[in-house]
Formats: sequence, structure tokens, C-alpha cells
Amino acid sequence: MYQINSLNDQSSILQKLKNFDYILIVCILLLGLISVLSMYSTDGGVILYHTKSHIFKFLTFFPMMVFLSFFNIKFWHFFGYIFYFIILLFLIWASLHGIKASGSQRWINLYFINLQPSELMKIAIILCLAKFYHRVQLDEVNSFKNMLISLTILILPIMLVISQPDLGTSILIALSGLLVMWLAGLNVKYFIYSFLSLIISMPFVISFLKPYQKLRILTFLNPDRDPLGAGYQIIQSKIAVGSGGLTGKGFLKGTQSYLEFLPEKHTDFIFTLFSEEHGFVGSVGLLLIYVIIIYRVLKIGSISRSHFAKLFCYGFASAIFLYVTVNMSMVLGLVPIVGSPLPIMSYGGSSLLATMIGFSIVLSAKINHKQLIG
Amino acid sequence: MLSHDTGAQKLHTINRRMFIISVAKIIVFTGIIARLFTLQINENKKYLTLSDKNRLREWRLPPVRGEFLDYFGNTIAGNLKVYQLHVIPEQVEDFKYLMLRLKDILQLNNSEFSKIIKKNNSQRPWETLIISENLTWNQFIKINYFLHELGGAKPVLSVSRDYPFKENYTHVLGYVSQANQDDILENEFIKKNHVPGLRVGKTGLEKTFEKDLIGTNGVQRYEVNAYGKRINQLDYQEGQKGKTIELTIDTEIQKLCNELLSDKAGSISVMDIYTGEIVAMHSSPTFDPNLFVFGISQDDWQLIRNNPLKPLTNKTLTGLYSPGSTIKPIVALSALENDVISPNFKVNCKGKMEMYGQTYHCWKKKGHGIVNLKGAIKQSCDTYFYEISRKLGVDRLNETAVKFGLGEKVLKDVFRNEKKGLVPSTKWKKDNLGKGWVLGETLITGIGQGYIQTTPLQLCLMTAMLANGGYKIYPKISVEENQDTFEQIKDAIHKNSENLKKSKKGADIASEGLAWFTGTKKYEPLYRNPENIKFVLDAMFSSTNEVRGTSYSSRIEDPKYQFAGKTGTAQVKRITERARELDLKTLEIPYNERDHALYIAFGPYINPRYALSIIVEHGGSGSSTAAPMAKKLFKLIIDRHEAREKIRKEKIIKI
Repeated sequence: MYQINSLNDQSSILQKLKNFDYILIVCILLLGLISVLSMYSTDGGVILYHTKSHIFKFLTFFPMMVFLSFFNIKFWHFFGYIFYFIILLFLIWASLHGIKASGSQRWINLYFINLQPSELMKIAIILCLAKFYHRVQLDEVNSFKNMLISLTILILPIMLVISQPDLGTSILIALSGLLVMWLAGLNVKYFIYSFLSLIISMPFVISFLKPYQKLRILTFLNPDRDPLGAGYQIIQSKIAVGSGGLTGKGFLKGTQSYLEFLPEKHTDFIFTLFSEEHGFVGSVGLLLIYVIIIYRVLKIGSISRSHFAKLFCYGFASAIFLYVTVNMSMVLGLVPIVGSPLPIMSYGGSSLLATMIGFSIVLSAKINHKQLIG
Repeated sequence: MLSHDTGAQKLHTINRRMFIISVAKIIVFTGIIARLFTLQINENKKYLTLSDKNRLREWRLPPVRGEFLDYFGNTIAGNLKVYQLHVIPEQVEDFKYLMLRLKDILQLNNSEFSKIIKKNNSQRPWETLIISENLTWNQFIKINYFLHELGGAKPVLSVSRDYPFKENYTHVLGYVSQANQDDILENEFIKKNHVPGLRVGKTGLEKTFEKDLIGTNGVQRYEVNAYGKRINQLDYQEGQKGKTIELTIDTEIQKLCNELLSDKAGSISVMDIYTGEIVAMHSSPTFDPNLFVFGISQDDWQLIRNNPLKPLTNKTLTGLYSPGSTIKPIVALSALENDVISPNFKVNCKGKMEMYGQTYHCWKKKGHGIVNLKGAIKQSCDTYFYEISRKLGVDRLNETAVKFGLGEKVLKDVFRNEKKGLVPSTKWKKDNLGKGWVLGETLITGIGQGYIQTTPLQLCLMTAMLANGGYKIYPKISVEENQDTFEQIKDAIHKNSENLKKSKKGADIASEGLAWFTGTKKYEPLYRNPENIKFVLDAMFSSTNEVRGTSYSSRIEDPKYQFAGKTGTAQVKRITERARELDLKTLEIPYNERDHALYIAFGPYINPRYALSIIVEHGGSGSSTAAPMAKKLFKLIIDRHEAREKIRKEKIIKI
């Protein structure tokens, strides 16, 4: 009964361009521009490695996103599992032959790029589960078999990422996956049960945590415990944000940043830098851009006719929300420091690539929103 | 196959659940915005302060210490350019290597080296570590030669305290040394200006004038990065050099004092009898204060500390001596003023006198025969003074002695350890020893033995106030503005004496004491009858310039230099009958039991201007040891007078 709408398949490029979500594209471009300028500021007002590299990456991945968005949503549906398995293989590869850096083994060398597969897994998990739940009927979602499959899909990459070790990314992967499962209709009680069992198992989990991870939690609870050691990042970040005031210290004038009080200022703490230089107004403005992006993605999800596209869009929008929330809460001292980049803003090719792939699927869903997938 | 119904229901579920998530998102984002608002708007000030505290750092530079000049403008405590080697540890890439390299180049021994390492561990990495405070020229050259391999080491031209006249001014100026915790706590000026390695006054005038001398820090304000590296200088405030302090001392005379007392223990003070200016003030033995500037070595310190002649004490102010016969002019004056005797009162001195079962000896065994007051002062007859002090009583003597400055600090608070000395009275004995006064004690007080104790500077002041005709003066050691000039003082004294004469005609002074006195309170007359003062001065003149006077052999006949004085020989130990029989020569007695030799004098005799006091510890008799020094001193003092007057007049114009 549900046949593929042939119209969409043959729609012209012009038609596709017309269906593009320009607001979303403008927002992405705007974020890209802001991120390049921030990177320029982290380099101290001169174009150095990070700025150049970030411009190059953005200029590579943004056209790629536009190009990929012309792929029919059916392609992404078809490609879902394969993509997941490729990234899973990358993760295994990373744990075997990955590049070691600062105590963890997260990267693989692809000769033209050092890829961090865990970042891509954030998208792959949404894609994979969206595809999985696309076919599962509502009353079968909570069946033992389906739950087993979806949990396996979820747990495999999480285990691999935790073992790297990379707690932050694995939490984000887990949360993204769980979000899709929730959207697909998984019974609320399971979430409640697992939440309870998580709390009960907390002491055991903590005993398995690496010392530096325990330290981070302790530090979060009381940053002044060791102001020059573990609490340093949180304290300095709060000082930077707080000293920004209403309108900030001005572009290139963030003293906390250029005097190197801010740690990891071009990756996880890019928001701190932005907030110091542009203040409350700038920060809220930046947050607003993210809100618009999330809203547009949700909107695309809501008009998508296929479950797959809908699940993916909703899942991806929620994931972006998660990344933004976790990152900002972290630098504002609301949650413990777990390495998590701010989408598009943070320096890092893998994260940018993953985000762009996500957006190209969303754009494809927009172009093909009437498309039904069998 | 999917049924339409389940499909629609699934869509419905997805949309509903998405709505729930969206609501959660809105709440979370609101939370984040609230957090931003708290940090950036509510607590903005707090974090701005913290951010500034992060990035701004001040470096305080040591202040340049004010100098000391003598009366003629010669620098007696100055600042010497020294080459120092500084390292700021945080700016050094390989600190350990640098230190080992420096150890090698400067040829530091292990204890010096570990001292530096210890110092480094006690301070912050951005604070300057002073490797050497005083590089020799050779070390300085060597450092500069190897400088390219010594990243982080900085040869610096700095200043340090220098005492060009070395041991001559030690007890006047004191010395500086590195400030310790007590100095910082005690003095707010040191606290305010303290930087590591700051030198502050430890004793003497260096300590007294600390607040004027210290100056203020220069301040360099830098923006620093997270590693403490200086990024750029935001502000530089030049520090102010401390005040220059002019002393009233004449270095030439001071030097002569040092020469005269070399290898002896004792003190010499010279004072202007009108202005109260201390022209010289020396305590011997002394030491080189320059040794303390960079921290004295153990060996040098032990040498100074263990010297039995006690170079660390300033004998001029803190040494307490029995005045011996130098008190006799005051005893005589007191007796005359109180109408106890007339100058013609005669006593037959037989070498000793019996009283209340005790024998009191005169220094001259054979006795002086029949002597009057003048003869008694001239020949320092003890028997005569036993007799008149017995008539006078200790309390009246006390009154006169206190009037002439005994028993009081001469320089008030200028030297914190100056001693008051002691002029006994019946009340004093009762209050302090709980016993009644014994008449025998009055007798020995009358020859300056017993309880009475004076500092050399007190004796000098006493002599000065006798020599100026009996007027109170105000001793000082530093030249300050608004001080009365010599002419003003002379004028005031003249007026006071005229007033006294006038009032004398109208009122019975004896009953009213000094209450009549209506003139200016300053430079008040200390006598009742000027003739009495004149008489005492005249007697002192004959003591020095007439045959059989005790210091006759030290006289100068040239009226330009002619001076008058009184010898004193203070016993430090009760002379036993046996010792009296043996009549040992000074050199035959153990050093510590020898008498102190004293001499007080003023000159020139006509129109006197200067007074002095000399004490040589265990020097034997005043006439043989102390008086000859006065002869040499007066020669120089009078020769220097003209130059001093010239400078004095210039100073008046300047002010």
C-alpha cells in the first residue's frame, strides 16, 4: 500500500534547492564564522595553526554537507547500518592501533586526517537506531528481542569508547541512543528502572573509574578543593565568564584567554572565551543560534513523513541540545568536566565532520520530507 | 506490513515524546541562561576582580635609602653602586643547570650554594632570587662573558649601604642589615616598603631615623600570563629616595677621637656649649659597620662579640660610670648656691679623715694641707669635698646635679638604648633599696663614687652648661629646620640673665627659688648667683693652667686654644688597706681592676664654645690618661671652629 512517491525521486536539482532549509544553512554558516573568529582570538589575534586549520576544515566539511544533502533520504536509510559498522570497526581499530595522546587512545590515522571515531559514533548511533526503529512497530518496541538488539547496538560502542578511556563521549553516545529509544516508544518504566539501578550501582561504577575521573567529580563538587590543580579549569572558566559582564571585554580582549589562564580554550572551553569577550549578550545570542538550529531540525522532523527521517531529526536535534547543554553546563561549573566539544564552535575535525554529516541527513530529510521509506 | 493505524499511533508517540523532550530543553536552556546571568551580571564584579588579580602583578623595587651627611656635607652613610646577580626562577628554562653553572662560575662553596637554594625554596617563583648581592669586579666580568649560556641570569647594577668612614661612625649611625620579622612587625614603614632583601637600620641613628631614611618603593605593574611570565609593563612608579639627614658631627674631630681611643675602651664626646650640637661622639672599641650590610660572617661576628672591650656597646650613651672627681665642680657649685660655704671656707687635708668610725682617704696620701675651695678643685682634694658634701647633704647636691643634666637622658628618644644614669637622694634610696640614707654615702657621693652613675655624654652636657655660664641647653645630633641659631641662643641667654639681675633687685630670691623667672622658658639660668658659676669655672681653669693643678701637664698656653677642665679617676673596686699600702702603679693592677680615667673640659677659656668629656675605661688616672687627649682635641676643635662657623652661616642662609 505504501509505495515510494516517485515524484521525489525525480525532482530536479532546482526543486531540491528550493526545498533547502536556508535558515538552518545560514545559522550553520554563522556559527562557522563565529567559531573561526573565536579561534582567531584563541591564537591571540593572529592567524596561526588553529585558525588556519579550522578554516580549512570548515571550508571542506561545509560544502561536503551541502553535497551530501542532495543524497536521497533513502540512501541514508540504506546506509544506516553500514555506517554504524564502519565506525564500530574504526573504534576497534582505534583501541588496537590508535594514536595515543594524553593518556587515552582515541584517534586513528587515516593519513589525510586523524579521525576520532567516537565523535562519528555520536551520529552513527542515532542513524542506526533510527533505522532499526523505523521498521519496529509500536507494540513490538518493548519486546525482549527488540530491546536486546537495540541495547546491543548501543552498548557495543559505549564499551569501546569507555575503554579508550573517554567518559564524556561515551556518556553522550549513550544519551543520544537512549533518546532515540525513548522517542521510538520504549516504555517509561525501563528508563525508571535503569535510572534506579544506575544510582544503586553508582558506588561500584565509581570504584571502576580512573583516578583522574574520580578527581573530576570531587573537583566538581568543590572546585576550591585544589584551586591550582584539578579545580583550576572550572575556577578559571568561571572567572572568565563572570568577568565578561553584560557586553564582554571585547573581541580579542579576553585577558583570561590570551594570558593563557583558560585551559583547552580552543576545544572544550571555546564558549568560555566567547562568553568572556562578548558577555551575557553574546552568550545568549550564541545560545539563540543553537536554539534556532534545534528548532529548525525539529521542524524538519515534524514534517517528515517517514519514521526514519522523523526519528533521526528528532534524535539529532536532541543530541545537539545535549552537546550544547553538557558543554555549556560544564564550563559554567554546573556539571563535572567531561570532555565534550561545542558543536561547530569547538576546534576538532571529527566533531565537525560528524555534525556536518548529521546536518546533511537533516537537510536531505527536508528536501525529501514527503518521501516514505518502505 | 504496517497497518495505517499502528503507523499513525507510532507517529503520535514519537511526536508526543518529542514534545516532552522539547519542554525539558526549554527548561534546561533557561537554566543555562540563568546561570550566565548569575555569573555575568550578578557576580560580575567579583569575577572581574578575580580576573584582574589573575593578570596583574606588581613588582616592588627596593627603595633607595636616604644618606647621612656630617656637618660639612660629607657623606658618612651613603649608597654604593654594587653589581648584583639576579635570577627570576620562573623565567629560567632549566633552573638546576643554571644554578650549577653559576656555582661553578662564581666559585660558591657548598654552604653558600645551599643557602641560595634554601632562599629560593622560601619564595615565589616570580620573585627575584638574589644570587649574589655584591659581585666582585672579576665575577661580574666572568658572568657577562658567559651570559649567553646563562639564560635567566641578570647582572644588575644596584645600590647598597656604604659607610665610607668605616669604624668612625659605628656607634652614632649604627648599621643596616637585612630586615627580619621583628623589624617588619615593629615598624609600619618597613612593613609598607618591604621587599625581599631590604636593608633596614638595626641600631643607632639608622634605626631611629628609619621612617625618614627608608624612602618609598618603586612599583612596576605588569600584566602576566598564567605562567607568571611578564607580558607587558602597564605602569611604572618611581620610588622616592629617603630623606638625607645632616648630622652636627665633624668627621675630622670624630676621626681624632677614634685615633685617641684606638686599642682602648672608652668614649669621647664634644659638644657646642650654646647650640647643644654634638660635634663628636665616639665609643671605643668600634668595628666596621660595612661588615653587616651583606650579612656578617661567623668569624667576624665572633671576633666582635667576644671582644672583652665590648665593641657592641655604645659607651657614650649606655656606659654608666662613676663620675669620680669630675663631679666636684657641681658639688662646689651646689655648696655655693646653697650658701653652705663661702669660697674662703678652708679645710686642713691630712690625707684622710675619720668619721663615724670609718676612714675616708684623700687620693694624696700626704694630704693637701690647708686648702680653700679653689685649691680643692684645682688639686682635687677629696678631704675638702667630704667636708662640704657632709655640710651640703645629698638631697641638695641631687637638686643641682639634676639641673645640670645628670640622671636624665641627654638626647631623649634619639637613641633608644640611652641610659638615664643615677643621681642618688635619700628618697631614691628609700624607694629603691628600702633603706635609709647613711651619711657616709653622702661623703663618697661628693667625690663621685658610690651610687652615682653618669654616662659620658651627661658629663659633657654638664660641662657645657657650666661653661656657657649656667644656662640650660638642648643637645642635638641632627641639623633640623627651625632650630634656634647660635645668635638667637646667645640673645636669649643674655635676656634671661638681665631678667634675673633685674628681679634679683626686687625680690628675695632665696625664698622663692626660681619661681620669679618670667623670661622665656628656654635657655633658663640654672644658677642663683652668676658669681658662683664664674668661681667654679675659674677653679677649673686653675686646675688645668696653674702649677699643681691636676691637669697642668696637659695645658695649652696659647690663649686661642687654652682650655679649662677637671680630671677624674673613678674607682671600680674598693681599695683595700693592703692595696693602699702597696700603692701599685696602674700597669701592675689587673686590667679589670684599674681605675677609669675621666676628664671634662671646655675651651677656649675666653669666650668658651666647646665642652668635652673623655672616659678611658681602666685607663688609670684622669690626669695621666684622659687629660692629654683633651689637649690634642682642643687643638683640632679650635682649628676647625672657623670652618664650622662658615658652614653654620651658610646653613642659616639656606634655611
